Order: sequence, then C-alpha cells, then structure tokens
Amino acid sequence: MATPILEVTNLAKFFPIQSQGIFSRVKGDNKAVNGISFTLNAGETLGLVGESGCGKSTAGRTILKLYEPTSGTIKFEGEDITSYSASKMKPLRTKMQMIFQDPYSSLNPRHTIGSIIAASYEIQKITPENGVKRAVQDLMERVGLNPEHYNRYPHEFSGGQRQRIGIARALALKPKFIVCDEPVSALDVSIQAQVINLLDDLRDDFGLSYLFIAHDLSVVQHISQRVAVMYLGKIMELAPTEELYKNPHHPYTKALLSAIPIPDPILERKREQIILSGDIPNPVNPPTGCVFNTRCWKAQEKCRTTEPVIMQIGASQVACHFPD
Amino acid sequence: MTLLEVKNLSVGFPTPDGVVHAVNDISFSIDAGETLAIVGESGSGKTVTNLALMGLLNSNTAQISGTARFQSHTGEIDLLGIDPNELQKYRGQDISMIFQDPMSSLHPYFSIGDQIIEAHQVHNKVDPEVSKERAIELLGLVGIPDPASRITSFPHQFSGGMRQRVMIAMALVNNPSLLIADEPTTALDVTVQAQILSLLKDLQREFKMAIILITHDLGVVAGAADRVNVMYAGRIVESANVFDLYAKPAMPYTQGLLDSVPRLDRPHTNRLSAIPGQPPSMISLPDGCSFAPRCSRISEVAGSKCLTALPELTLRGDHHSARCFIGEGVRA
Ligand SMILES: Nc1ncnc2c1ncn2[C@@H]1O[C@H](COP(=O)(O)OP(=O)(O)OP(=O)(O)O)[C@@H](O)[C@H]1O
Ligand SMILES: Nc1ncnc2c1ncn2[C@@H]1O[C@H](COP(=O)(O)OP(=O)(O)OP(=O)(O)O)[C@@H](O)[C@H]1O
Ligand code: SF4
Ligand SMILES: [Mg+2]
Ligand SMILES: [Mg+2]
Repeated sequence: MATPILEVTNLAKFFPIQSQGIFSRVKGDNKAVNGISFTLNAGETLGLVGESGCGKSTAGRTILKLYEPTSGTIKFEGEDITSYSASKMKPLRTKMQMIFQDPYSSLNPRHTIGSIIAASYEIQKITPENGVKRAVQDLMERVGLNPEHYNRYPHEFSGGQRQRIGIARALALKPKFIVCDEPVSALDVSIQAQVINLLDDLRDDFGLSYLFIAHDLSVVQHISQRVAVMYLGKIMELAPTEELYKNPHHPYTKALLSAIPIPDPILERKREQIILSGDIPNPVNPPTGCVFNTRCWKAQEKCRTTEPVIMQIGASQVACHFPD
Repeated sequence: MTLLEVKNLSVGFPTPDGVVHAVNDISFSIDAGETLAIVGESGSGKTVTNLALMGLLNSNTAQISGTARFQSHTGEIDLLGIDPNELQKYRGQDISMIFQDPMSSLHPYFSIGDQIIEAHQVHNKVDPEVSKERAIELLGLVGIPDPASRITSFPHQFSGGMRQRVMIAMALVNNPSLLIADEPTTALDVTVQAQILSLLKDLQREFKMAIILITHDLGVVAGAADRVNVMYAGRIVESANVFDLYAKPAMPYTQGLLDSVPRLDRPHTNRLSAIPGQPPSMISLPDGCSFAPRCSRISEVAGSKCLTALPELTLRGDHHSARCFIGEGVRA
C-alpha cells in the first residue's frame, strides 16, 4: 500500500492555564487534544466531528504546525515534521493549506480579492507561468467567482462568495492536503450545498486530501470517506463513513447520531432519541477512565477507572469497554 | 382561538444607500397553544418581524406599518399601534422572547436568581420571597440541578446549554401565552439542542402556550412545528401545515431548500442539489418574484412574467398557500 499522505500518532496539544495575578504560574493544562492517531490517504477525505470544544480545530492547527505539538508525531508524506522549525516548514506550506470557518474575519477588508489570493504567491516568492493576475483569475473562475471582480473588496461579496475566495486562496499554491475547518457552518443551507459540491469537485480534479472538520454530521457524511468522532480531546470511534452511520459501535457516536433531527416530519416524530444528560466536562479536568463516562448510560465501574484501549470491530476502531 | 393576527406588516430601515425593505407586507396568524415555525435564508426578515411585534425596534430608525391584534390578559390590543410604554405591561407577561445568544440577554453582574425574581416582580405585586420560590420552581422545571443553591450563581458560571435553560426559565416566569424563540438552539451542540427542544415541548404542553420558533434548521422544524411560514427577501413565500409543506412544497424556493439539505436518512448521492446564486439586495428588490434570479423553474411560466410581476400568495390546499405563478390557485 502507498504511504499515507498524513500519519498522526498519539498527538497531543495542551494549553497551559495561567493563574491570575502578578505571580502568574501554570495552574494546569487544557488538554485540548489528548492523544489522537489516524492516517489520511492521498485523495481521501477524513471527516472530524464532535461537539464544541472537543479539540477539532486544535487538532487541525497542530497538524499544520500552527501550534507546537505537546507530544506525539506528525508525518507528512512519510517525513516526520513534528519538530520542524518555522523555516523548515516553509517549503512544505505550499503543500498544506487551511480553509477557515468564518469567511468574514479571515479576509483582510482593506485588500482587494485579487491581492488576497495573489499574496500566497508573494509569500512563497513564486511566479506562476502566465503571470500572477492571470493565475488568480483562472482560480477565481475555477471556484465560481467572476474573474472581472478581481479589484473588488471582501465586503462587496456574500458569505458564500467569500468562502469561495478563501478556497481560491488555499488552492493557489497547488496544495496536496487541506484542513477545512467548518468551511460551510456560517453559510445558509442553500449556499452550503454550492460550496460542498465545489470542494467535492476540486478534490477529484486536483487529487486533494481533506481533513474536513465540522459539527454537522450530515455534511460530514456527504463529503467524507472515513469519519473520526472526537470527544474531549480523544477519538471515540473512527470508521468508514457508511459503517459509522449504519452501525455505530460507541455510545457517544450513537447519541450524537440520534440527536440529529431529520428534515421529514413523519420520520422525525417517530425517531427514537437518546437524550444525554449533563454537560461536556471541562477539558482541564477530564474524567478518569473513559472521558465519556459522566454522560454515558452504559458506564460501569470499569469505565470510571480504566481508559478503554482502541479496539478493532470489523472496519471500525472503537474506544469503549462496552461497545455495541 | 386566534391569539395573534398580523396584517400587512412592513418594516423598512432608511440607510444612506437607500431603504432596506426588511419585511414587506406580511400577514399571518397563530392560534393559542400552536407552534408556528418561521424559516428562511439569512437576512430574510425573520428576526425583524418579531422584534417589530415585541416593540423592540427603534422607531427613529425603523419605519413600521401594519396591525397585530393580540388577545392579552386585559383584552385585545394592537401590538403595532399601542404606545411603547404601554406595551411594557405585556412584554414578559403575555409575550416573552428568547434569543440565540443567551449571554446578550442575561446581565453578567447579577445572579441568575435575582434576574428571574426581577422578571417576576415587574409584573406581580407579591412579596420577593414568593418570586424567589417561583424562580427556584422554574429553574428546577428547566432541568437545572439543585436550583435552590444555584440561584446565587452568575451567568458566566454556567455552560451555554445551562444559560439557555435559564433564559427559558426567565421567559416563562409569568406564564406567557406566546413565546417567541429566535434560533434558541443554533448556538448549541446537537446533543444539548435535543435536550432543549424536548424541554420546550414539555413546557408548552404544561403551560399551553403558543410558540413562534425562528430557525434555519429544517430538521428542527420537522420535529417541532404545527405550521410553517417560509420567508424569502422579506416576504412570506409559502405557508402550510408542517406535513403538507414537506410532502408537497409548492414554491420553488421551498423545494430547493428541502432538496439542498444533506440527509442522514437517505442513500448517499454524489452531488447535493444546490440553489445557484444568492438572495437579492433588500435595498433594490427585483420587480417580479424576488426568487426569480435563482429559480430553476422560471421557464415554466410564459412570457418572462416572473421577472416583471409579483406573484400573490394563492391557495394550494387546505390552509396551504404559496407565492408562485406555477400552479396558482385562488388568492389566499
Ligand atoms: N489558542 C488557545 N489557547 C488556549 N486554549 C485554547 C486555544 N484554542 C483552543 N483552546 C481550548 O482548547 C479546547 C478545544 O478547542 P477547539 O477550538 O480545538 O475546539 P473545537 O472542537 O474546534 O470546537 P468548536 O466546534 O467550538 O470550534 C477548548 O477548551 C478551547 O477553549
Ligand atoms: N437596524 C437595522 N438597520 C438596517 N438594516 C437592518 C437593521 N436590522 C436588520 N436589518 C436588515 O434587515 C434584513 C432582515 O434582517 P433579519 O435580522 O430580520 O434577518 P433574519 O431573517 O433574522 O436573518 P438571520 O437568519 O441571519 O438571523 C437584513 O437585510 C438586515 O441586514
Ligand atoms: S467506555 Fe463505558 S463510559 Fe465510555 S462509552 Fe463505553 S460504555 Fe460508555
Ligand atoms: Mg473549531
Ligand atoms: Mg435572525
């Protein structure tokens, strides 16, 4: 089998919590990402889902080395980049890109669309074959923007169009791997579908690999070949998309799937729901044993004392003592 | 019984670039105990409609017209005609509103107990101890554990889901007959959303109140609504019983919206069917149907009529009306 484009092993990212006051000292760690492992193959999309604060964005940013990893390893195209410095990362930056959730704040309001997209070339000191303007206009056309709008400013565009600008910017250097961090969450349903279709097409045309972060499981199902479910900094279940949605093994995956309303009043009113009690615990003091045990209806003594190891069930990887 | 009947409501905001026509001549009604959902694209006028009814728009910056007959505890009043000071008597008593972001409506410096007690005291001449008992009762009802000791907590000590529960408790403290919930679960995670929606359903049954539920989530609507108004560019473009709307959407925007949602309950398709283009500017609305520039069925109407004439809301079935030249019935 070919080398995966990305290989993440036991990756952790902790954020120190400072106490207030003059003699500030570290009080503890926010264990935002707490030992996750997965691989991503060329041309593949891995969906990363989970509730707010479970560490999805932190995982994406740490993999791109926008944050310094606390422990674990990251291999990109077989090369261990875990401890690469910023200057050593620079040539790799053309291959690894990111698309952000918020199409409003991620574009500089004082720059034209043309110069925002062209900046990618300048930073890397690359001159495209037929000149920068031509390259940028080709990209604009490819993502469904009017190339004549080259000199317009971000505020003249709608949310969906701004997201296309962000995508064009990420594509400029012909990357191989893109972390898409909630790329459609801020968009209306009718616009979401446009952007998802575009990302789908671009992956197929350019052979891209995506780490697709979202909290919307229906969107993730649509675009991903495999899906990883995170909870409190850890992966609870990782499985091929069909398998995960049809045969969830982890109680949390089940609860998450059962909480999604179906846009059909007849089915929706018949649907059986698992309503979890309580809130997500604080990642500074995660529960001992299985991190899900405080909300899990299957939890036994063992769940409170021993962390479950990841086990293989068919094509699925599951971290649970009592999987279905 | 008709609790609220809105007729010909329009709201415009004059700006240096022209008037933003946020709400354009909409009429609808809601019965006691009923749940009416309002769905539609961002910027289609859902929030402005309800802020107008609550008297929460600044009359210096908003031009409001229309009537809204409401059956209050003192008899029938016109929410849009009544003096704003007078309206305060009814706000928080007969009608309450909860917002998407609970932090913006909870005061950070007062304990949650004090805020609920205050909301009760404003409308009831009772001993503060009675209001405190009522606050504890409601916090318990919305599922805050150990409410008697938690009433001294401050908003920042609660999670997002708990703050939304506190908001609901505060909104219900005076037994309103109408609750307006503007995206009450949009900022919450799905597992917490499920908790809050099932809570609202239970409370509605218990208090027999009507709910106007504003949301863009068609799944939430499917589970919670009796009737649905679909808004586009400041107009109601379709209105129906929830089952009819999903089974027989009549307006191409509603059809497109239902088709573009990725669904877990259906076999995976390679492409989502997207609605091309984007909503019009609310300053210069198109002359004809405001959905015409994006409509895939425009060629079914002869003579480019969609681009020049505004379709009326016409009947498509029992209490089902839509604004489209295709399949027009009699005027609703
Ligand atoms: N730069 C940072 N410094 C300190 N703590 C951080 C930082 N970024 C994230 N965190 C914390 O790490 C945890 C994980 O946050 P993260 O943003 O990765 O979650 P997420 O899964 O992306 O959530 P969301 O769905 O809300 O975007 C949270 O507790 C968050 O407060
Ligand atoms: N105070 C104001 N001044 C000028 N324009 C306004 C004002 N308030 C709202 N608008 C405009 O009125 C229109 C309707 O806004 P509204 O907030 O009702 O939309 P919405 O349907 O609730 O959208 P969303 O789903 O994004 O909440 C928008 O175009 C908005 O920009
Ligand atoms: S390990 Fe235990 S607590 Fe964790 S998910 Fe499985 S059954 Fe629930
Ligand atoms: Mg995030
Ligand atoms: Mg709104």
